[in-house]
Amino acid sequence: MIDKMDQIFVLLQHWLVAFLPLSLQPVASVLLAVVAIVCVFPALFALTTVFERKGLARIQNRIGPNRVGPFGIMQPIADGIKSLTKEDIVPSIANAPVHFLAPVVLVVAVFMGFAVLPMGRNMVLVDMDAGLLFYFAMGASTEVSVFMAGWSSRNKYSLLGAMRAVAQMISYEVVLLLSSVSVVMIAGSLSLTKIVAAQSGYTGIFPHWYIFTPWGLVGFIMYAIAATAETNRSPFDLPEGESELVAGYHTEYSGFKFALFFLGEYLAMFSISGLGTTLFLGGWSAPFSFLTFIPSWIWFFSKLMMSIFVFIWMRGTLPRLRQDQLMNFAWKFVLPLTLLNLMVTALWRFMGEGWARWGVCSAILIAAYILMGRVGMYKEHFGPRRYRYAE
Amino acid sequence: MSPVFYLVSAMTVAGALAAVLLKPLVHCALAVTVAFAGLAFLFLSLDAQFAGFAQILVYIGAVAILIVFAILLTKGSELPRDGVFSRSWLAGVVISAAVFAALGWAILRSAWTLPHEAAVPAVTVHDIGVALVDRYVLPLEIVALLLTAATIGAVIVAMHEKEGAK
Repeated sequence: MIDKMDQIFVLLQHWLVAFLPLSLQPVASVLLAVVAIVCVFPALFALTTVFERKGLARIQNRIGPNRVGPFGIMQPIADGIKSLTKEDIVPSIANAPVHFLAPVVLVVAVFMGFAVLPMGRNMVLVDMDAGLLFYFAMGASTEVSVFMAGWSSRNKYSLLGAMRAVAQMISYEVVLLLSSVSVVMIAGSLSLTKIVAAQSGYTGIFPHWYIFTPWGLVGFIMYAIAATAETNRSPFDLPEGESELVAGYHTEYSGFKFALFFLGEYLAMFSISGLGTTLFLGGWSAPFSFLTFIPSWIWFFSKLMMSIFVFIWMRGTLPRLRQDQLMNFAWKFVLPLTLLNLMVTALWRFMGEGWARWGVCSAILIAAYILMGRVGMYKEHFGPRRYRYAE
Repeated sequence: MSPVFYLVSAMTVAGALAAVLLKPLVHCALAVTVAFAGLAFLFLSLDAQFAGFAQILVYIGAVAILIVFAILLTKGSELPRDGVFSRSWLAGVVISAAVFAALGWAILRSAWTLPHEAAVPAVTVHDIGVALVDRYVLPLEIVALLLTAATIGAVIVAMHEKEGAK
């Protein structure tokens, strides 16, 4: 029974495919999995928009959406219909083909990333040998679409937003890749299913997730920072800073094209949280050995939604960074610490089992963190501030 | 030679031609991106996963973006008034023909001298990794040194001159 619940979607897929002739079965099973991905994640996106608006409203002492359905839960349906009925405006001097292609490229590239994520035991669309590389290759393609959107609109705000977005994405992509490399070094594989399998054991009741090691914790924090910047989420949402750039690279998009950008942004959030879960949080494995009876896909999606709620929480809490702060933070703090973390990971790998490596690795990382923080903040003075307009 | 090969080759060649023949520079950059993507698909259709994904990651994710940045930051995005053909096109044709001839000669020779293998060797990412740190470790280190030197050089070029420094 427990096994059946765990494999319910796999069994369902096999049962449905068995109705077809044998020659069509491989194609049909792939098609079914693709349809499932294409349906589940946009549905999750619709739910997340409600949660985000409700959560932000709660943080800001408002009520939030409460008109459509009970507690405003039907709000995304109303939003969807609204964006479909709105006029699709293309600026007359815009570069029409590129302007049209940009949201399509974005959504396609983001959807491709889900293909390699293991969402449960035996639940992965393509178990690729170079899965992680595939994921990052697809992530890199989204930068092109952001640039296409910003440039083809022929609007200074769009172009500025796109330039900011691309500069930011390139800077933090380095960190994203390097923090994942430490996981690859320990797991010894680029295949995401093998990385999950490497974290599947338990000591006592505690799991062998990589986040519970010194290098894994640092790697995960660096990954989380870089992921927030990659998805242009607050506090790294300069590319679409409303107060400066209207809406950044999608200023000139309206109607359903705008909805596609919105969708792409949230899907990127889901997929990057899913990858973080897979790399550091043990993928679909249970957090305690006595909880393994709960189906694996429930664990994957609850970890994913937890990350999403952290994203929302940060958006409601932190103010936006300035462009120079953003770049300095990436290149002078996060990147050196990630590089050091790679060294520590190698040390961890070759020091062998035992408590010695815990002490040595933690000491190096904590010392580096304190030292770099102190040196970086040496010239800054944070006294009480006086704001003229508030007096 | 499957239909996929012809489709992807057509896409690559069309992208490359458009990159040379189009007038607005940003269109050329986007056309180059299409050509890069075509090359990546060619690698993938040859079962070279690592090369294919590395092609996308490096060429579309970094090189294409770099080209675009260079165009936008140097105000080269306006349309050129006199055509896109440079005055030294004859020399360009000669050089590219020479390069093409050399490459074609090398490929034709290697195809005849290599024995045709019956089974396609399965090269996994693991094999590539092992080869890089085992047999090809010296080239890898040299490339790493070169890249480090290039990075430091770029930082020095971009660094602000200090006020009052002699």
